[in-house]
Amino acid sequence: MKKKFKIEVDCANCAAKMEEAVKKVPGVTDATVSFMTQKLAVEADDERFDAIMGEVVKACKKVEPDCEIHLK
Amino acid sequence: MSRKQKIVLIRIIAAAVMTVALHFVPVEGIWQLLLYLIPYLVIGYDVLRKAFLGIRGGQMFDENFLMAVATIGAMALGTCGEAVEVMLFYQIGELFQSYAVGRSRRSIAQLMDIRPDSASIERDGELVEVDPDEVEIGDVIVIRPGERVPLDGEVIEGTSSLNTSALTGESLPRAVAEGDPIISGCVNETGLLRVRVTKSFDDSTVSRILDLVENSSLKKAKAENFITRFARWYTPSVCCLALLLAVVPPLFLGGWAEWIRRALSFLVISCPCALVISIPLSFFGGIGGASRSGILVKGGNYLEALASTRIIVFDKTGTLTRGVFAVSDVLPEKGVSADSLLETAALAEIYSSHPISRSLREAVTAPLDANRVSEVREIAGCGLTARVDERLVAAGNARLMAQLKIDYTPCDKPGTVVYVAAENRFLGAVIISDRIKPASREAVDALRAQGIRTVMLTGDTEPVAKAVGDELGIDEIHAGLLPGDKVARVEAMLAAKNTRDKLAFVGDGINDAPVLSRADIGIAMGGIGSDAAIEAADIVLMDDDPAKIPLGMRISRRCLRIVRENIAFALAVKAACLILGALGIAGMQAAIFADVGVMVLAVLNATRTLRAIGKPRRGR
Repeated sequence: MKKKFKIEVDCANCAAKMEEAVKKVPGVTDATVSFMTQKLAVEADDERFDAIMGEVVKACKKVEPDCEIHLK
Repeated sequence: MSRKQKIVLIRIIAAAVMTVALHFVPVEGIWQLLLYLIPYLVIGYDVLRKAFLGIRGGQMFDENFLMAVATIGAMALGTCGEAVEVMLFYQIGELFQSYAVGRSRRSIAQLMDIRPDSASIERDGELVEVDPDEVEIGDVIVIRPGERVPLDGEVIEGTSSLNTSALTGESLPRAVAEGDPIISGCVNETGLLRVRVTKSFDDSTVSRILDLVENSSLKKAKAENFITRFARWYTPSVCCLALLLAVVPPLFLGGWAEWIRRALSFLVISCPCALVISIPLSFFGGIGGASRSGILVKGGNYLEALASTRIIVFDKTGTLTRGVFAVSDVLPEKGVSADSLLETAALAEIYSSHPISRSLREAVTAPLDANRVSEVREIAGCGLTARVDERLVAAGNARLMAQLKIDYTPCDKPGTVVYVAAENRFLGAVIISDRIKPASREAVDALRAQGIRTVMLTGDTEPVAKAVGDELGIDEIHAGLLPGDKVARVEAMLAAKNTRDKLAFVGDGINDAPVLSRADIGIAMGGIGSDAAIEAADIVLMDDDPAKIPLGMRISRRCLRIVRENIAFALAVKAACLILGALGIAGMQAAIFADVGVMVLAVLNATRTLRAIGKPRRGR
């Protein structure tokens, strides 16, 4: 399943680092962060999606403490 | 400016004023350090905080960390003013960057400002304003002049002209009347329309387009991935160099403080942001600028590929031609007028719903009286006979003429030939063919001028294909193809070409979805209202204009040129700073100045992609 989230991130390089970090989260098959549109797209297992997203947020906070991910 | 940006601006001004003032305060040693610490913390506290958090998170080569090390190092070496100035410049650069990015985001948003705010729905004879989301299929909505069409539907009452410029870049209004389909995102200009909704808001054209444009930046171009990979490698390398520079030369030459100072300026140069920011910004602007011209590009990767397209394969019907049949030639025998020939043929076919008959009737300007026609007999696969004004008229193909033993003049013009005879006397022939779009010629000419090979694939017969191909000057024609053959042809061409060159297939998306997805770039025409086209293609032309293809290629080339300029420029300046820094010619201030300067110029250069591109000049 692929889902898109709104994010807030201030610098382009941080966005690239977040993308890298999200891709490494176990269970995530693919991820993209767009700095320009402030969007995060995550492709991951259906059943554990919410749990995986929790890990994704943690991973992002680690590389860029000031980022926000809006999990609607 | 946002609130966040205003706060940074105030901090910059405050720190700058304090730093200038401190130049005139005659203190030395520890007091000087303490005094300079005030503006330093004002301007740099967030950088220090993030650097600290970064270290805890294992982010060694984070740019906050680098800036913190460089400036704290400078203070330790006793050059407090320098440390504050470096931090100040760094923050000015960041502020400018976030301001510029915000602006181009907003200008794209404005460009795509086609989202309707509300819909007026009819309930129990009364008009109610609702959110377009709440309207259901089958509801009747009312659109007043000046309003934006909120959902896709069908006109059930009223006539008007629609402005589609927000969707297609085309300023010519489109006329609609009862029974016509109508798409969301257009602006109703003249008359009141009552429309039955045929699609929910999420499936309506406007939502699909917005979704497509907003998500296009998630598909990244190679150049963008290259630069982020490069940044991951660049920053640690420069930091290692800095460490070597701080340790190795002084072991032999001495002068530790001086070498450490030079190494610190390396840390400043190692920040990758100037490099990283301008690339997505350029592609974002390029995609935005293209959509302003009615060209929707589904990702930066496709915009990039379009620039290296060397072969363009066109589908014929509906792409280069209108896909609508019309009378293209009338060939009366001696003593018969063209008008009476056409009228006779049209009358004979007055009851038929065949597309050929319809185009015959459309070609006659005078009103046709059905009472003049009787005894219509269809002869399957041949044509028909009918009594028109007491004369027995036969209209059909060569087989019909042969069957009725009529002496006729065969005609070998491309298209469908309708032979007409009355009372067994041959009157002449009417040629019906698909018409070439006026812009097709311009498109093919422009492509040829750019050195691009053009190919046309069609299911039509050889003579028809050849006539169209010759008129347009297409390099290569393959006729008589079934849909499956088209895929095979494209695959053969893909296999034969150089892998660096890209092949684009242009179709109307109706039965060529497999080919659209098989080609390097699938370009669908007339995207408005066609779900299949929007789904299958990588690039969607919002109107039927093939001349948008060379225009799109020019936009993509310009975008890539800007990207390359930015990469080359930023790398050159960084390299120069590294060399000058190592030699001790350029200090830390020069380094940060160059770094911020490069970023400002790169960002300004990138925003050029947003500007629309004009019509191509003739003769280029």
